[in-house]
Amino acid sequence: MAMVLNEEQQLLKETADGFFAEKAPVGQLRKLRDDKDETGYSKELWQEMADMGFAGLLIGEDEGGTNFGLVGAGIVAEAMGRTLSASPYLASAVVGASVISAAGNADQKAALLPAIAAGETVLTLAIDETSHHRPEKTALKAEKTASGYKLNGLKVFVPEGHVADQVIVLARTGGEKGDRDGLSLFLVDRKAAGLIVDRTVMTDSRNWAKMTFEGVAVGADALLGSEGKAMDVLEGALDKARIVVAAELLGVSQECLDRTVQYLKERKQFGVLIGTFQGLQHRAAELFSEIEVTRSAVLKALQVADMGGDARWFASLAKAKAAKTAELATNEAIQMHGGIGMTDEFDIGFYIKRARVLQNLYGDFSYHADRFAALSGY
Amino acid sequence: MSDLEQFRQETRAWLDENCPKSMRAPMGEGDICWGGRRFEFKSDDQKAWLEHMAARGWTVPSWPKEYGGGGLNKDEAKILAEEMRRISARPPLVSFGIWMLGPALLKFGTHEQKLEHLPPIARGEIRWCQGYSEPNAGSDLAALMTKAEDKGDHYIINGQKIWTSYADKADWIFCLVRTDFSATKHNGISFVLFDMESEGVSTKPIKLISGYSPFCETFFDDVKAYKKNLVGEENKGWTIAKYLLTHERTGIGDMGMPKPLSAIARDKLGLEDGQIEDKMLRHEIASHEIDAAAFMFTLERAKDQAKAGGDMGAFSSMLKYYGTELNKDRHELILKVNGTDALEWEGQFSNNGEIARNWLRTKANSIEGGTTEVQLNIISKRILDLPA
Repeated sequence: MAMVLNEEQQLLKETADGFFAEKAPVGQLRKLRDDKDETGYSKELWQEMADMGFAGLLIGEDEGGTNFGLVGAGIVAEAMGRTLSASPYLASAVVGASVISAAGNADQKAALLPAIAAGETVLTLAIDETSHHRPEKTALKAEKTASGYKLNGLKVFVPEGHVADQVIVLARTGGEKGDRDGLSLFLVDRKAAGLIVDRTVMTDSRNWAKMTFEGVAVGADALLGSEGKAMDVLEGALDKARIVVAAELLGVSQECLDRTVQYLKERKQFGVLIGTFQGLQHRAAELFSEIEVTRSAVLKALQVADMGGDARWFASLAKAKAAKTAELATNEAIQMHGGIGMTDEFDIGFYIKRARVLQNLYGDFSYHADRFAALSGY
Repeated sequence: MSDLEQFRQETRAWLDENCPKSMRAPMGEGDICWGGRRFEFKSDDQKAWLEHMAARGWTVPSWPKEYGGGGLNKDEAKILAEEMRRISARPPLVSFGIWMLGPALLKFGTHEQKLEHLPPIARGEIRWCQGYSEPNAGSDLAALMTKAEDKGDHYIINGQKIWTSYADKADWIFCLVRTDFSATKHNGISFVLFDMESEGVSTKPIKLISGYSPFCETFFDDVKAYKKNLVGEENKGWTIAKYLLTHERTGIGDMGMPKPLSAIARDKLGLEDGQIEDKMLRHEIASHEIDAAAFMFTLERAKDQAKAGGDMGAFSSMLKYYGTELNKDRHELILKVNGTDALEWEGQFSNNGEIARNWLRTKANSIEGGTTEVQLNIISKRILDLPA
């Protein structure tokens, strides 16, 4: 497949760029933060996104989606990265839809996928239990009962956790902490008895939650996929999410570069535009290069995953590279903006905050560099 | 079956029949077929492989047939490249004629010039060198002072070039000369071709830190160059020079597909529990290979964009900058993987210090063809549009 956007994808890009620039600029996130908004995103925006088809890009047409594919999901994520638009897109339309599509049975798909695509139901995945993403080390326990399962344990860093309608929970039904086998996925209502949800206000002003499961009882029909074999289906869905997160990081990086270059063309010191200084020109040019190289890794991964191939190596490549580049881009943006970049009034600070959260989401640079090496045979 | 699929099958069958077994193996610097009047083939297979490919025009697959090429369109050329890669076929011929002069002549040359010069390049009969840099015109190439005096149907050339790659082995030179000393520096340069056997041409190899001498100083003392070999208009040579540099940069950035660093490390150090035992080194290698893989996909993307009609333009400066810095990094890591074994300079076990010498060679990657700093200048001005 040629590494260029086709006409349809190019059109989606233009639509998404225009949509988020108009409907959800950085100012919207700032306002949500300043108002201590309870939802943490604009419900009107999310509904409009669903109306645009953005919530159903990874959902089949029979199930109410557009089946646009992962390249499209990446295009929308990149556009959101540029404006830091807050929405349950990643949690619900990307991760939620991918996990349900991969693991759900016909009834579960029929019940959830059209509702996700319509923006009516918000899903999220509760996977991490510590400060670092280590799915195999899942300890949250699901014990079999007469009528189903009982869940006990802790989940952290759950995107949109305090507002999601349904939570997909990775739990241990067998084996030991550290085993790949013995993990299972359950669908749990956020309002289920015994589930304590604490909103965690994070650096990026977005929605995250800590979830404590105290004997949460679910029916046997809450199981997604086969008991004990969650990783076989979850890994593919997670990799799709990782690539889309990489695309959002790419958007963050690109926006940081564009805003910085613009600033270099406006700011005067010593009687000249600071953009005439070679020291700054070279830093900007290096950053440009890193972003272009990152863009290739992200596009390749999106395309490979779209075609249904084994995307593990590509996903780790894209996520690792995008994380590293976003760290560089956000740091350089602040440095080249100088003092004004340190002020809350100026928007660039929102980008560095969002970047660090995304860098950690579903595995940080170290996690993916290690996985990349292991998958490369060393 | 589509035409392209049929082309692939025919190509595969033809290569299977015509590519000698010994030409289907990784190639060291010493195995390159450069061609030229004085080239000595390393083996009969090397000679046969060149002849078979040249007869089909496939040493330069996408050049027009009338100029010795294969006349392939982009899709066909891509298939040929893929099929050659599939059997690890070596390039039958590598030369500055193919890589640099050819594309410039195809774009700027007259029909007569193309007919005269392109077929001998395609057949590997004439080896070319590039006369660009001078002692006082390096990064500031347009400051060149080699003088060409108008003598009616020819020029008389006097001056000196430096860093002329393989000038001592080349048959002809494509050379930047100054034809107008009163014009501003970019406007008095012309692009001429002449025979290195002409009277008044002499070369002197420069010994480098690697111990190798791939570059020469080249001296012109009243050398006669015929005007029929002036490419493009007189005093408009800078346009061609720039075009060629863009081409060169893309090529330098694209180092091909060398043996993966991790494979070198695996062979040298072995694995413990499936991992390179030295965890810090493993981390460095993974970091490098992540960048290298992302860059490889960037080359692919750049080619696909060019194919889709996009203008490569200053993007080639990015490829040159990034690719050469990566290659330097790669060789630093090869040095680390091999430890003190890599530092042997003479002796059979190290093939006379091959690792160390290749490592030192890479230091020039970010200098030749426009330094890293010049590429960053170009990116900041032409892509980012930062003020001068």
